[in-house]
Amino acid sequence: MSIQSDGRYVDPAPYSPDDQGARIDHPEFDAPGWVLIWRRFKKHKLGLISGVFLFLSYLMLPFMGFIAPYTAKERDADHLYAPPQSISFMHEGKFIGPHVYKTTAIADLENFRWTYEQDTSEPAHLSFFCHGSEYRLFGLFKSTRHLFCAPEGATVFLFGSDRLGRDVFSRILYGAQLSLTVGLIGICVSFVLGITFGSLAGYFGGRIDWTIQRLIEVLRSLPELPLWLALSAAVPSHWGPVSVFFIISFILGLLDWPGLARAVRAKFLSLREEDYVQAAEMMGAKPSRIITRHMLPNFSSHLIASAMLSIPAMILGETALSFLGLGLRAPAVSWGVMLNDAQNLAAIEIYPWTAIPMIPIILVVLAFNFLGDGLRDSLDPYQT
Amino acid sequence: MGVFVFILRRLATMTLTLLLVSALIFFIINLPPGDYLSNQIAELRSTGQESGVAKAEFLRQEYALDRSLPEQYLIWLGVWPGPHGFSGILQGDFGWSFEFNKPVWEVVGSAMWMTILVNLAAVLFVYAMALPLGVLAAAKSRTWIDYLSSFVGYLGLATPNFLLALILFYYGNKYFDLPIGGLMAAEFEGQPMSIDKIKSILLHLIVPTFVIGTAGAAAMMQRLRANMLDELNKPYVTTAWAKGVPPVKLLTKYPLRVAFNPFVADIGNLIPSLISGSVLVSVVLGLQTIGPALLSALKSQDQFLAGFILLFVAMLTLIGTIVSDLLLLMLDPRIRFDARKR
Repeated sequence: MSIQSDGRYVDPAPYSPDDQGARIDHPEFDAPGWVLIWRRFKKHKLGLISGVFLFLSYLMLPFMGFIAPYTAKERDADHLYAPPQSISFMHEGKFIGPHVYKTTAIADLENFRWTYEQDTSEPAHLSFFCHGSEYRLFGLFKSTRHLFCAPEGATVFLFGSDRLGRDVFSRILYGAQLSLTVGLIGICVSFVLGITFGSLAGYFGGRIDWTIQRLIEVLRSLPELPLWLALSAAVPSHWGPVSVFFIISFILGLLDWPGLARAVRAKFLSLREEDYVQAAEMMGAKPSRIITRHMLPNFSSHLIASAMLSIPAMILGETALSFLGLGLRAPAVSWGVMLNDAQNLAAIEIYPWTAIPMIPIILVVLAFNFLGDGLRDSLDPYQT
Repeated sequence: MGVFVFILRRLATMTLTLLLVSALIFFIINLPPGDYLSNQIAELRSTGQESGVAKAEFLRQEYALDRSLPEQYLIWLGVWPGPHGFSGILQGDFGWSFEFNKPVWEVVGSAMWMTILVNLAAVLFVYAMALPLGVLAAAKSRTWIDYLSSFVGYLGLATPNFLLALILFYYGNKYFDLPIGGLMAAEFEGQPMSIDKIKSILLHLIVPTFVIGTAGAAAMMQRLRANMLDELNKPYVTTAWAKGVPPVKLLTKYPLRVAFNPFVADIGNLIPSLISGSVLVSVVLGLQTIGPALLSALKSQDQFLAGFILLFVAMLTLIGTIVSDLLLLMLDPRIRFDARKR
């Protein structure tokens, strides 16, 4: 610190304006919004884990054919209702790598069921990156390479096999392709309808608002499942699996939008009075521009969180419909279609592994719930 | 007078809503091409049973299925004169179930009461579970009670209803000797009410009620817990603690009453989901409610049966909502629905 001739104090250190600006009292107020959201979201451990889990699950969807040892329709007539096999590494006390044991079916003529006997004398080694039956990678490229397949003469039914001798594990992987995307398509339909009707009602108000409000009330007061049933009963039975899949997801989304529309409307009612909206109006922006450019981005994050929370309902809805035989139908593979096999008590008692598809359902639904909760909690970064 | 005007107004809205719903339902049911009778006629023709065709044709005319759709709707509703004394729903004629070959009323008459019974039991179950658990979870927040109850709640939310039903039935029967399937033991069916029959019905109700109610109870519990926590953080509660008010009284005297409001108001959202659940669970467990009848009617395009059941389900929901509004009105003197001045 040096004293100038006129008595002022001056710091001799070189002055850099950047240095000064960077030192704000609360750096967290200056970060972009998504960084703040991410920081808060990271603290929500369950939400984070769920997010990673879901991300990986969706990432795997195109590669399911590669991961699955069998294809969805491959039958093994010698192993009907085979129980789950485990992969072991130790044979007679020695480590010999992953292998399975051969099983042979024995008809139990007293109880009329299949029992299986394991031949533990001879380990059958699993092969990796091997050639199996043909599938399409990404639904486009034909391929026969699998991550692992059953050794010659043996089977690898990780989760057992179903009544036609198809591998439950492989079918769960294939089923994920439909079961996980049905919710996404449904939510898109619901979003388009919900945002359109909600923003119309909230922005214009008056008679439009009244009509849409009544419509929402009517739809919300109806139980979803019976209506879903009625709508899916109307799907012609001769349609192919792909069109049935799209129409079912459309039906699921068709009844979900009222809740969303209500939230959008409430938000619009308050946002409509904001200064920046008025300013845009004064400058002559069209309603469509004001809605999509100025108002919607304001709460898009809320919309995402609410989407996360309504996807599980659709996944469960698909499962229920398929389970009752009104949703996706047999050549298509989804978790609901698979559970159709576990419809009676006998199946649960004798072949409990046919009910295994419920585990991925529970996991995915829980994950979406936790992720949605986490997002919702972290969306308001300025709130302490 | 406020309450009566309110009830009247709500009933008027309900009628209007039901009218809309009936149109919607009729439209949905008639979406698939053809109807039960024309399918049947085609089938009879192809198998060469001409005698049956005449009867089916007769029924078709009798129930106006050969007319245009709007006309059919008005006749079904009962505001348009139908042929030969088919007078429509508004006049108490619910039509003919072609699949069961008897009037709709005979098909679903007793099932309707069972549906109401099952759903009522489920609502009671939801409250009986959610109320104490929600309060307990809030009072002992961040202890094992809290975590356990939310874990069970989440699990209930995520498990598909029908599977939960199957599994609970299996284990309920195995370990607790609960009856499997149906709503009463076989020997009581068609019998007049007696103590034993009621006992049998109650015993059969345990699993279905649990299954239908779990998801709703979980959601409600979470909400009550959140509301209670908000309330428990307020200074008046701290004051009460400091003054040495015993815990139970402290919880129930004010915080619970404040937190209770949204809890009751939520019944309107709860009932549609409960009824959805009860339809599904009834199909899986073979309960004698309207669920299985609805499913088979929808599959075979038995339109009067399906239409009536859907309408009945919608009405049940609407009445439930009105009841919840009335409860709310009685519970909270601050809420007045009439004359909202701005």
